[in-house]
Order: sequence, then structure tokens, then C-alpha cells
Amino acid sequence: MADFFNEWGDTIWEGFIQTMQMTGISLLFSIIIGIPLGVLLVLTRKNGQAENLAFYTVLNTVINVIRSIPFIILLFFILPFTKLIAGTTIGVKGVIVPLVVSCAPYIARLMESAMLEVNRGVIEAYQSMGISTPKIIWHVVIREARSPMILGLTIATIGLIGETAMAGLVGAGGLGDLAYQFGHVRFQPDVMYAVIIILIIIVQIIQSVGNAFARKLKKD
Amino acid sequence: MIQLQHVSKTFKVGKNKIEALKDVSLEIKKGEIFGVIGYSGAGKSTLIRCVNLLERPTGGRVFVDGVDILSLNKKNLQKLRRKIGMIFQGYNLLATATVYDNVAIPLMLEGVPKHEIKARTEKYLEIVGLKERSGAYPSQLSGGQKQRVAIARALAHEPEVLLSDEATSALDPNTTDSILELLLKVNRELGITIFLITHELDVIQRICDRVAVMEKGRIIESGTVVDIFTRPKEAMTKQFVRNESRFRIPSHVYRDLLATGRLVNLTFLGESAKDPALATLAKRYDVLPSIIAGGIDQLKDQSIGNLLVHLKGEADQVSEAVRYLRSGHIVVEEVSG
Repeated sequence: MADFFNEWGDTIWEGFIQTMQMTGISLLFSIIIGIPLGVLLVLTRKNGQAENLAFYTVLNTVINVIRSIPFIILLFFILPFTKLIAGTTIGVKGVIVPLVVSCAPYIARLMESAMLEVNRGVIEAYQSMGISTPKIIWHVVIREARSPMILGLTIATIGLIGETAMAGLVGAGGLGDLAYQFGHVRFQPDVMYAVIIILIIIVQIIQSVGNAFARKLKKD
Repeated sequence: MIQLQHVSKTFKVGKNKIEALKDVSLEIKKGEIFGVIGYSGAGKSTLIRCVNLLERPTGGRVFVDGVDILSLNKKNLQKLRRKIGMIFQGYNLLATATVYDNVAIPLMLEGVPKHEIKARTEKYLEIVGLKERSGAYPSQLSGGQKQRVAIARALAHEPEVLLSDEATSALDPNTTDSILELLLKVNRELGITIFLITHELDVIQRICDRVAVMEKGRIIESGTVVDIFTRPKEAMTKQFVRNESRFRIPSHVYRDLLATGRLVNLTFLGESAKDPALATLAKRYDVLPSIIAGGIDQLKDQSIGNLLVHLKGEADQVSEAVRYLRSGHIVVEEVSG
């Protein structure tokens, strides 16, 4: 055990940090892009507060198209775009763009379905009190949907961790890459097992924290 | 206060057009409680929602306080809506906010100064009798308590009109009573005009001054509650009034009674309640009146007595007796089975 840690401790730690960086940074950008997109989906759909079917159809289709492409293909498919945005296509920096492109539409969908669950009557009650739509979105829709939104973000985060494993293909490192390079290619199963255990622990922690947080916000 | 002029509303569902409102005109006066009654699907809900434009009429005009609200821009409509409170069958409270916050948040969003939010929230929670439950969440309250919070929320904007969209329809009879009491208090003590819709005659009977009966998107009859109760004209109105206030008597009993005389339903109101009508009848004419059933309906400001009376005797004497009854203030209706 001690020998294993001496030999692999630093490498695994480095992989852990890379995974956390990739997940954290992409999650942040995905939330910044995904939540407003989710709000737009809710607003512009049929019978939404700012119904605009043309806009909704375009946005809806784009999201579906992106969500149809498996991440590993998306990674290569959008290389020119990645280069344009990030200036590089390799390393942690090079993988953030495809991760966000993949995750933001997913978050938009999850947020949309969470917000659609909000009782329309409550929104109507606030409209009837002469309160503007932006205020209703923030103080009613997002407030009432916050618990399922947190659960959605938890799901998205865990999905993101899975995708970072493929980031190794563009040299971004991370735990998934470590398990693949050493555990599979060089046939050192103990490294793979260690990585799997760490990933399980991370996912468990994220899910539990997400659940606890959602429960606390639910209030009923 | 509120005037609807030739209001119509057509919904398009796929290729079909549904006319929810057909040329509806009515006027609600300041300070009164006006009710619209009808079965579900009659268009009541659409009608009340046209008053604050949650639903935009496809024809006609709507005036609130003399202002043609269909001509208002978004901002002015929002301002106007603050003068019109609304409560709903489903309460429509924020599940994630406490009782206090449910009242305070809309005030905050409206830009009411902080100290005033606190004062108003406390004042109106006190009025609806829920000050002690300020910290509770809606899920911890009963239906009646939730409706009280919704009423406090509506009142906190200090509106001139309160719209009530089936506010008691999901509540049990006792709770309905207490909410109706509260609405009466709001009307009397705060001087707020109330426009309500309901399918329960009880609601109309207990608190309304005037009523309109709605069927298939039209108003088929309207008047004071007393008139509608004592002299319903349309078939559906009669059906509403009968179902609630007349007596359920088995048909074979009717047959037996009709075989031996005539049956009249007498409605007493105000002054007429003091006339010793039946005693006079027995003295003046050669008839034997006997009371089959009776009851009293309590309206907002007065009571209505109903008697089902069997008149036995020679045909001409009975006819004379009925004519005598009709000559007074009593509303007489012959029952034919």
C-alpha cells in the first residue's frame, strides 16, 4: 500500500487536480450559458411568457443536434472552433471548450424541465399583481424550481466528470486518462482500480451534497 | 368600478374555434360584492380573467375605474393590476417561501419601501388571522389557511378590487364559511369591491349583493341576489336555486298531495314574513292549508322563508285563496309535481 502511494501518489494527485479543474471550469461556463438558455426555452415556448416559436424552434433544434453528437466525436468535430476560442486544442485549456459545448445544452435541457414543473398558477398570480417578467423569472420561477435545478446540476456535473475521461485524447490528462494510459495501455490494473475508487468517491460525494442541498431548498 | 362591454373571447384550438365568451356586458359598482355563477365550462373563469387581462378579450371593451384597460401599454397595465387583487382556487403561493415572505415578496418586487413592507405584511396577516403562523411554509397549512395567506397577499397591495376565481371551491363547507366571512369583512371594513365567480350557490347566497348567471359563454340572467332567489326566470337559474333551497320530496308524495288539492310554494321576504297569511287564508276561505315543508335561506342582508303548502278544499275556494296569496308581497309559485 505504502509503496503504491509512493510510486503513484503524485501522478494520481495530479490527475485528480486536472479532473477537478476541467470539471470545475467547464461546469462554471456551462452554468453561465446553460441556465439562461434554459430560461429562454421556457420563455419562448408555446404559451410561454415571451412566446416566440421561431426562436424556440431554432434553439430547440440546435440543442438537440449538439446533444446527438457523442462527446468523443464532438471533441474532434469542433477542433477549429476550439482553436478559435481557446487559442489551443490541447491540454486542459483545449478541452474546456468542447466540454462546455457538450454540457451547456444539457444543462439548458435540465433547467428547462425543472422550470416547467413550476405551478403556472403561481406565475399567473404574480402577473396578476403587476410584476414584470424578469422579476417573475428570478423570484418565482427560479426560486420555486431551485431544488430540481440543483438536482439537474448534480446530474450534469457527474456527466461532466465522465466526459473529462475522454479529454486524455487531447492530452488534457485527468483521472480517466490515467486509468486508461496506465491501467489499460500499460496493463497496471492497480492504478485503474485506485482511479475507479477515487471516481466512485467523488461521484458519491457530489450526489450526496446535491441531494442534501436540494432537500434543504425544497421546504415542503 | 368595472365595466365589461360586449366582451367576447374566442380560443383557437387547432382548427377549431371555441367561443368562451359571447357578447358579455356587465357592470360592477364600487363597494359591492358581485358574483357570477355557472357550471364549469360556462366561461366564468375566462370572464374574470378579462378584468385584469390575464386573458385578452378578442372583442369588446373593459373599463376599470373609467380607464379602457385594453388600450394600456405594458407598464400602465402593470400599474393597474396592482389595484386589482386576485385570489384563486389553487391558492398559488410560493412553496419555497414562508407565510410572511409570501405576502412580503410581491411588495418587495413592487418596490414598496422596506419598513412599509413589514408594517403591511404584519397588518394583513393579522387581519386574516394568521400572524402566529408567519414562519410556517404553505405545505404546513390547511387549505383554508393557504387561502387566507393568498387573501393577505392580495390585500397587502391595498387594492380597490378583489377578484376571486373559485376561491372556496376546493374547501370543505366549514372552511368555505370562514373564508366567506373573511371576504365579507374585507368588503365591509376595508371597502374593497369584490368580483367573484363560483359554481356554488351558497357563495352567492351568503355574501353577494348582485349576481349574474352564466351559461355557454353568455350571461342569461342577472339582478340582485334577492330577485334571483325569489323570482328566477331562466330554466338554469331555477335549477340552481331549486337544487339548493327547495325541498327534496319524493315524487309519490307529490302525487298523493296533488290528488287531494293544490300545492303552492310560498316565498316570504322582508315585510311579507310578518303577514299571518296562512291563518288569514283558513279564516276567509273554505280551505285547509297544511304545511308540507319549510326552510329559511340566509342571504347577505336578509332572510328568505320558503313554505311548501298544500291547499285542500273546493276548487273555486282554493283558486280564490291562491289569488289572495298572490295579491300580497308573497311570491307564490304553483307546484305541479
